[in-house]
Amino acid sequence: MARKLLFTVLIIIFLAIFIGGAAMAGDPAAGDPAGNATGKAADISAVAAGHPTLDEVAAQVGKNKVGINMTWMLLTGFLVFFMQAGFALVETGFTRAKNAAHTMTMNLMVFLVGALGFYLVGFPLMFGNFGAVSALGGPPILSRGLSIGGWNILGNSGWFLSGTAYDVTVIALFLFQMVFMDTAATIPTGAMAERVKFSAVAASTFFISMLLYPIFGNWVWGGGWLAQIGAKLGLGHGAVDFAGSSVVHMIGGAAALAGAVVIGPRLGKYNKDGAPNVLPGHDIPMAILGTIILFFGWFGFNPGSTLAATDLRVAVVAVNTMMAGAAGGFAAMIYHWLRYGKPDPSMIANGTLAGLVAITAPSAFVSPVGSVIIGLIAGLLVVEAVFFIDRKLKVDDPVGAISVHFVNGAWGIIALGLFADGTYGEGLNGVTGAVAGLFHGGGYGQLAAQLITVAAAALWGVGVSYLFFKAYHALAGLRVKAEDELAGLDIPEMGVFAYPEFPLNADGYGVMGHEGGTQRVHGAITSARPHPLPDHLPDS
Amino acid sequence: MKKLELIVRPSVVQQVIDALEETGAGGMTVTQVDGYGKQKGQTGLYRGTEFPIRLRPKVKLEVVVTEEKIESVIEKVIEVARTGEVGDGKIFVLPVEAAVRIRTGEKDEAAL
Repeated sequence: MARKLLFTVLIIIFLAIFIGGAAMAGDPAAGDPAGNATGKAADISAVAAGHPTLDEVAAQVGKNKVGINMTWMLLTGFLVFFMQAGFALVETGFTRAKNAAHTMTMNLMVFLVGALGFYLVGFPLMFGNFGAVSALGGPPILSRGLSIGGWNILGNSGWFLSGTAYDVTVIALFLFQMVFMDTAATIPTGAMAERVKFSAVAASTFFISMLLYPIFGNWVWGGGWLAQIGAKLGLGHGAVDFAGSSVVHMIGGAAALAGAVVIGPRLGKYNKDGAPNVLPGHDIPMAILGTIILFFGWFGFNPGSTLAATDLRVAVVAVNTMMAGAAGGFAAMIYHWLRYGKPDPSMIANGTLAGLVAITAPSAFVSPVGSVIIGLIAGLLVVEAVFFIDRKLKVDDPVGAISVHFVNGAWGIIALGLFADGTYGEGLNGVTGAVAGLFHGGGYGQLAAQLITVAAAALWGVGVSYLFFKAYHALAGLRVKAEDELAGLDIPEMGVFAYPEFPLNADGYGVMGHEGGTQRVHGAITSARPHPLPDHLPDS
Repeated sequence: MKKLELIVRPSVVQQVIDALEETGAGGMTVTQVDGYGKQKGQTGLYRGTEFPIRLRPKVKLEVVVTEEKIESVIEKVIEVARTGEVGDGKIFVLPVEAAVRIRTGEKDEAAL
């Protein structure tokens, strides 16, 4: 009966479309299917409708330019926000199933905490002295800061996006910059995954979003002292970092390095003789999907950093981003393949991200040829960096965050000083002429500025976050209890398993990761089956 | 009554289920399991370092049949599950003391 009724309804719908559609086809009051007639003088706001004056036309053109640029800034900001999904998937895929709820949720929590921290303190410190958001035609609202002897060191306006900062141009800038900060803040979670306390990540995210990131960011993007070494000391255009190889990736990677050093390696990662063990990730497809999402987001990260769609250099930025990412993943894949006989999925992912990190600073200033070279070198560099950090430094970084973001962030900044081709960046940081590196007639000035930027990012990033993590570890503890780490962090830290059941091989020892206990599902306690630990695991 | 525990390659599970049905099994329990025998585990490669994967995925089928069917079941299973390579699996035969169908209370062979 129901089937007959459905069939009848379907017939009626088809008949209505055929008969109705035919009847309406010749309607003279039709719309504009080709779109040729839509959008005309009458659409310009004018006192005499349809007959705007030249001033009225000019005003509309100006508004359109700002509208296009603001749309671009918001849309690319949304793309960068989506990179949070990429980070969550990469980090969770490259770690073990017994910690999946913990690792994945950290990546959401970092955004939540970071948004508040950046709003409360970070944004005014970083951009308080930014000046007008010129691509949006904004007034110079953000124009107060602290300086010592003419060197700017901190911004000091735009608090709470209130008062004069309650302004569309400032607020659009805030959205775009907040998601960049979030990228930096989420990098350390990968390096400290599988043994860090959830509460410690909440605390360190406040630290990164309020102080570590904004203060360094001010020095490069907020008109601070690193941006001034061009105009004041004659070092090229001063620190040039188009989309954040240093500001975002080196700072995030530095916090990852300091955090991983202070917290120590995962249990079972190193033998007594120091030889590293393999703790394979539990979901490679998840990590590869995350890498592709990050790549997609990078088309917001770099091209969006023009802050203007009317800056047509954006096409070059986008293609440079695309090619460096491809070259990085390709180089890492071939290198690992030749050396070990297989194209390791995690290294392909790391290589792709390394190429993207490296091109982030130079993406607007180099040619596609330069971007491919930068990406290829990044892909080789990341593989060597992973081996060096894992085997020589014996710093346990489950996802390769330090190698991808810190090492290749530094490479990207230096690469700009080499490959910038003198076609873009006229007047940047108050220095006349375009940005040119060593290989394009720029001499050593720009390269020197870039090297100073790398040194400053490393010293500030690693130094200050090391002090923070050391102090936090002494006061509240960064690391979970050993028995919780062995059992997996999902139940002790989060109260719920990511996967209530998962396969025997999931944690790399060929045993279940859970030690039993109870799990809390929507407030109800259900029993979890006990799984004995094998005798070759260390006692907790 | 005997219980057969068959450990076979995951790739031949459907054929083994067919074989058990054809030889008169009234039902079975199938589990995904991990373990090793002569085949041992395998070697993985992750970020440039080799590591042992000690267990391999196999499928365990458990079926209880009457005594006279044992030989034909074993013969048929071997026919579909054998590749000749190490890792084809094993068949264990265990005595069963009693069987009860929960719904009706039928006992032993009537319960199979």
